[in-house]
Amino acid sequence: MSESAEKKPAQSPLDPGEPRRMTGAQMVWEAMVHEGVDTVFGHPGGAILPAYDALSAYEDDGRIHHVLVRHEQCAAHMADGYARSTGRVGVCIATSGPAATNLITGLATAQMDSVPMVAITGQVPTDLLGTDAFQESDVVGATQPVCKHNYLVTDVRELPLILKEAFYIAREGRPGVVLVDICKDVQNATGEFRYDMEIDLPGFEPYPVMDADAVAQAADLINRSERPLVLAGHGIQLGGVSKELLEMVERAELPVVTTLLGTGNIPESHPLSLGMGGMHGEAFANRAIQNCDVLIAMGMRFDDRITGRLDRFARQAKIIHFELDKAEVGKNVVPDVPVIGDLAETLPALLPQIEERRHQLWLQELKEWREDTTQTDIINFEVDELIPPYVIRQLWHSTKDTKEGAIVVTDVGQHQMWESQYYIHDHAGQLLTSGGLGTMGYALPAAIGAQMANPDRLVWAVAGDGGFQMTLQELAVLKQERDLPVKIAIINNGFLGMVRQWQQIFYDRRYTGTPVWSPDYVKLAEAYQIPALIVTRPDQVPAAFEQANNTPGPFLIDFRVREEVNVYPMVAPGKAVDEGIRRPKPVVVQGYSGVAPSW
Amino acid sequence: MKYTLVAWMRDKPGVLNRVSGMMRRRNFNIDSLQVGRSETEGISRMTFVVDGNDRMVDQVIKQLRKVVDITRVEDITHRPSVVRELALIRVAVTADNRSEIVQIVNIYRGEIVDVSLESMVVQIVGSEDRVDGLIGLLENFGILEMVRTGRVALVRGTVNRRLTNTTAVWKASANGQYSEAGRQTTGGV
Ligand SMILES: Cc1ncc(C[n+]2csc(CCOP(=O)(O)OP(=O)(O)O)c2C)c(N)n1
Repeated sequence: MSESAEKKPAQSPLDPGEPRRMTGAQMVWEAMVHEGVDTVFGHPGGAILPAYDALSAYEDDGRIHHVLVRHEQCAAHMADGYARSTGRVGVCIATSGPAATNLITGLATAQMDSVPMVAITGQVPTDLLGTDAFQESDVVGATQPVCKHNYLVTDVRELPLILKEAFYIAREGRPGVVLVDICKDVQNATGEFRYDMEIDLPGFEPYPVMDADAVAQAADLINRSERPLVLAGHGIQLGGVSKELLEMVERAELPVVTTLLGTGNIPESHPLSLGMGGMHGEAFANRAIQNCDVLIAMGMRFDDRITGRLDRFARQAKIIHFELDKAEVGKNVVPDVPVIGDLAETLPALLPQIEERRHQLWLQELKEWREDTTQTDIINFEVDELIPPYVIRQLWHSTKDTKEGAIVVTDVGQHQMWESQYYIHDHAGQLLTSGGLGTMGYALPAAIGAQMANPDRLVWAVAGDGGFQMTLQELAVLKQERDLPVKIAIINNGFLGMVRQWQQIFYDRRYTGTPVWSPDYVKLAEAYQIPALIVTRPDQVPAAFEQANNTPGPFLIDFRVREEVNVYPMVAPGKAVDEGIRRPKPVVVQGYSGVAPSW
Repeated sequence: MKYTLVAWMRDKPGVLNRVSGMMRRRNFNIDSLQVGRSETEGISRMTFVVDGNDRMVDQVIKQLRKVVDITRVEDITHRPSVVRELALIRVAVTADNRSEIVQIVNIYRGEIVDVSLESMVVQIVGSEDRVDGLIGLLENFGILEMVRTGRVALVRGTVNRRLTNTTAVWKASANGQYSEAGRQTTGGV
């Protein structure tokens, strides 16, 4: 293949119907251009070098920007943040062997949360396959259980169609991860590229046909319900139907509980929003689940974090399950009315059948339960110490007027739950978090991906001191990407907090392996040339957020919060969702101007 | 209860691994699994015997359908079908019991396909019950080696492939065998 052909500023994208000869390496990028990919996250190495070499032409003319990560796990998390915040397919790329195995955590994280992603990996040349060659690993075998589909490419003639199928499968239906493992000799080989071929996948049924009868049945149940409740998940955002949802719940006065990934499906400041349910959901949200007579589950999969003990879940309710993925229907909870289909189709079909209704008694009941909670919620008291709920609420105050809302990316642990409880999410898709896999280390790289995709939006990464230390090497990316303005809040409690909480409650306070030492984060940030602050007192918080938000480029704040604080309410594993441990009442303590939490 | 499922799949490298990996990962119990070519070029046919209840089998079918290379899945448990298994059994023989063994094999409509002084290889094709029956009898003489194919099946009569839609959505009324009481939450942090 002539080098000069590469350097010519090619039309972009090429006419998909006109066959062109090019190397396999070029095909990778040409396919991406056709798919509208502008940013990829990756790390080079021997087996993917031909693709990297071919990338230079696409970087030179600005068609594709490559972000160099410091660990391949983070390439997948960045592609994940990019994908979740845009709905487009995220792309990550890595070499063979250790690089490909490094990706796996990030792929599994994305697949669990239905994030559309294509991962490209280099593989040893075809004649070395199976010989335990240097940096060979069975990537297709190893990633199969964490991918929607994957491919090993051993013939350049198959590459264009495989790439096209990969994007198609990743994006259509319930989104997921597709990995394409390309042998090095295939990248070097020359073949014919075109992109107008038809995709023929008889076994892939992305959008099952909607059953209109089921929709009508659902509407009937909803219309006749006295104590209805919507339980809305990620599917609302994936289907892009949060407006329709709001219209429906306002018309029929339906209160809404969300899953963690469904956060913001309707604005959380809306009177019908009860916030998140499940393990760390508010007691009134869980009581609503247990006492409703019709549970309208939409785009969610009855994960054990939301259902608690299954045989005691929503026992009084007729359950309607709107779901795209047939396999989720009846997997954990058997619905009375399954409504299979894309919410983008089923919800608009349902909407005109929903009658105007008021549910005064039911809402009054919910209001009383909510007031009961408010009375003990620490956020409503003045506390002299720096406690995480307050930090989160201040983060909300400092960002709530941002256009479209800030994107908040959380890590995994206590801070993640506090964020979901105390940040008021008024926009669907505002919160990015690893819900299904619960991957520590997610926040910083995913925030980087989200910021790359949304250069004009305010992006906050909120992490614990434990999880932040899992991927903090990616701070370097903030600098290398010309001062990418990701803001970072470390909720530093000196512990692997959530695990410590379990040890406190279930293991008699034996804190084995949970105290966690941290470096001086301000100095660390300084080493990465990132401005940073330590905050130790509540009164410093608003100004610190203000400063971070107003400083161009990245910013890091180390919040030294009180150590042993627990996330309440909490439903212990094996308990029904209304058997949660409630928030302890704050107590008045001498020496404090306000009250102290009684954790 | 045992269910017979048939799946058709694109004959791609690793497809067997995808199917068995999914079954293992989801903790489904496979009794037997048989793969071979189908009437359509490029499409393999797999016959499974799965042990479970209606609800679990509904999950198996749905999860199978999510495997991209699988083009079709059918549950033929309750449909009239021809179900067969083939077994080859090497049984120990002596001059004294050889004719007795031959008689037994004949009764079962098996065949002797190899003979040596100390052993014979018996072939039987039939329902699993018949195969089990013959094996039970031959065990008295000493089975030296054995191989069974597992169940293969075809639905009787004419089948319109295109029109059969087999995965009915599991309805709450379908059965009540499955207990949620035993299901635990993961207990993960
Ligand atoms: C990769 C990974 N390892 C371990 C865990 C188990 N785990 C869940 S929460 C948690 C503690 C997190 O501590 P930290 O990051 O300090 O956050 P905090 O809970 O204190 O807010 C751990 C270890 C996990 N979720 N992910």
